[in-house]
Amino acid sequence: MSAASVMARPATARPAVSGKVPLLDVEHLSMRFGGLVAVDDLSFTAYAGEVTAIIGPNGAGKTTVFNCLTGFYKPSAGRLTLTRPDGEYLLERMEGFRIARMAGVARTFQNIRLFPGMTCLENLMVGQHNALMAASGFSLAGLLGLARYRDAEKAAIDKARFWLTKLGLLAQADMEAGNLPYGAQRRLEIGRAMCTGPALLCLDEPAAGLNPRESAELNDLLLSIRDEHGIGVLLIEHDMSVVMKISDHVIVLDYGSKIADGAPEAVRNDPAVIKAYLGEEESDELPPEVAADLGLPQPTAETP
Amino acid sequence: MAVQSIAVTGRVDIPAIVKEAFLAAVVTFALSIPLVGFQTVDVMGGIDYVTHFDRVAYAVVSVFIGRLTLGWLKATRATTAGSGPSAASAAMARIAALASEYSLPIGAVGLLLAVAVPFTNNYYIDLGTTVMIYVMLGWGLNIVVGLAGLLDLGYVAFYAVGAYTVGLLSVNFGLGFWVCLPLAGFFAAGFGMLLGFPVLRLRGDYLAIVTLGFGEIIRIVLLNWQSLTNGPNGIGDIPRPSFFGLPFARSAPAGHETFAQFFGLDFDPNQRTTFLYYLILILALITNLFTMRIRRLPVGRAWEALREDEIACRAIGINATNVKLSAFAIGAMFAGFAGSFFGAKQGFISPESFNFTESATILAIVVLGGMGSQLGVVLAALILVGLPELGREFEQYRMLLFGAAMVGIMVFRPRGLLAHRTPSIRLYGKGAAS
Repeated sequence: MSAASVMARPATARPAVSGKVPLLDVEHLSMRFGGLVAVDDLSFTAYAGEVTAIIGPNGAGKTTVFNCLTGFYKPSAGRLTLTRPDGEYLLERMEGFRIARMAGVARTFQNIRLFPGMTCLENLMVGQHNALMAASGFSLAGLLGLARYRDAEKAAIDKARFWLTKLGLLAQADMEAGNLPYGAQRRLEIGRAMCTGPALLCLDEPAAGLNPRESAELNDLLLSIRDEHGIGVLLIEHDMSVVMKISDHVIVLDYGSKIADGAPEAVRNDPAVIKAYLGEEESDELPPEVAADLGLPQPTAETP
Repeated sequence: MAVQSIAVTGRVDIPAIVKEAFLAAVVTFALSIPLVGFQTVDVMGGIDYVTHFDRVAYAVVSVFIGRLTLGWLKATRATTAGSGPSAASAAMARIAALASEYSLPIGAVGLLLAVAVPFTNNYYIDLGTTVMIYVMLGWGLNIVVGLAGLLDLGYVAFYAVGAYTVGLLSVNFGLGFWVCLPLAGFFAAGFGMLLGFPVLRLRGDYLAIVTLGFGEIIRIVLLNWQSLTNGPNGIGDIPRPSFFGLPFARSAPAGHETFAQFFGLDFDPNQRTTFLYYLILILALITNLFTMRIRRLPVGRAWEALREDEIACRAIGINATNVKLSAFAIGAMFAGFAGSFFGAKQGFISPESFNFTESATILAIVVLGGMGSQLGVVLAALILVGLPELGREFEQYRMLLFGAAMVGIMVFRPRGLLAHRTPSIRLYGKGAAS
């Protein structure tokens, strides 16, 4: 598939709503597996320079949305448009690796998928594969050791070093990724995704299994990615302390449909969201530990 | 299990050891009755048998005592220090790490030894040539199996393609070895791609089965396509490689010179064997240099990344199809080069030389050496190809010793002799990139 066929329209300057630049437009996305509807007519927009969180109970279809976005699944219906300065890409028509290469959608996985036998530095170098491959003249320039490739490699190492420093992994650069502690592996996977030079970073539960301190560090990392690199972040997360702190925009899924969409504050108090998480409640009182989990203002029980 | 009870209680559990030794003796008895107890002998007009129950008794008693001693040693070692095998394998792991740390000087010494081989005698030159062919094949397969992690059981097919390229082109079109050599690599790479396409979605066991089938298809086609390949009779009279146009012969056709005449030497048949040895040495070294270099390039890293996690590769924009096909093609290309050398060296090729055993041997060299280890391939080729040859004085015990060596290596080094991965790029220390 050529670039032309996936670029439906030239990047016409669409009216930016309140100064925000739409990055990803999901329109009527549906994904069916046989009789099971995993994602049902989902539409939302993610903006550049914002963190958009997708939350929902287990099995709500969050990861399926990611898999559709990154080409691991072909959506049953719908249109996924990614807008970059050079044009618009229709993700549903592109092969998985082209989505990452051309449209610039990078992702991490719920169960970490690093290259465990390779070092941290190598992981980040593989992340820059496409840029390096072009510079190496499909290996010929590289085999001959031409300056063109040597310069590109030097630049790639500098980029990797930048991310290693930022992730706090510089000292472990030559260590096998599989031997890193869990939290460091999560960070490294984000770094590898960033090394691909993405426009949209999709993170599938980056805080899963992290302790509170690591979670707080992750927040800082994600915010700095958003602010310094100006890219959009799409985030699936169960840890509400992460979601509520760093999201600009929260989308709630339940049984494959969107039940809420808006600012974190608004979503957190949405009765439909509370119902989806806790089921039909007869009284309005939540058990305090559940309320804490949801990040609700603590004591519903104490205020009469 | 008895062994566990020893380890748990922390003292020597004598009844358990005796019981285990007894069980081993019973198994030996059951096995040795038919294998050792009876021997057929030729008598006038027929066949008869004699019994050797004394030998059965020796076997049973020696196994019982041996197992008892082993159990006792294991138990006492376990109660005092770390168990035997793990301590030994830890020591071997240190050696492997050292070997990969100092791979450059070790390689240099190995190269010097390899260069010195022709100054010995004909037998060693011949053996060295055979070992070198396997080293080259091992290095080629190392790209596919060791780096890209694609288990290929039909690698010999590409070796066959290379050999038959030389055979057919030289016999039918009169092309010389030096023209056929690159063509052989080219055709083998083409066949590598051909195999690559249908197996793109397969991994592990399934990939192994399909590649095994592919290897057999090539062999059976060679066997049955009588009009082209002359079937099981093979292709003979393949011209031998010349020294840049100077043939190794007693006399050259009019207007031409032989190698010996050109250099003013006396004709000696050893000149050719020596030349062939150095030729395969150079071809193998090219394979090695190419692999070592490409491992540090994006393609090489993508191969290794593909081995580690294919899904992650796709997620960071690597075209897994191209990466796999390039690994198959480049691995096959080196097998093609080796095959063309083999065809030209032998002067005669037939499908016999390209059966599954060859694939299995080459794969065993890669696995035994330690996946991805270049030095390991050399070591394993020496052990797998060289050792059985050198062990000829042991006669029929040769294969027994060979099998025991294999078992020993797999017990102490289950991931291969030199299974120690050197990073393709480092930020600190030796060879740091900064």
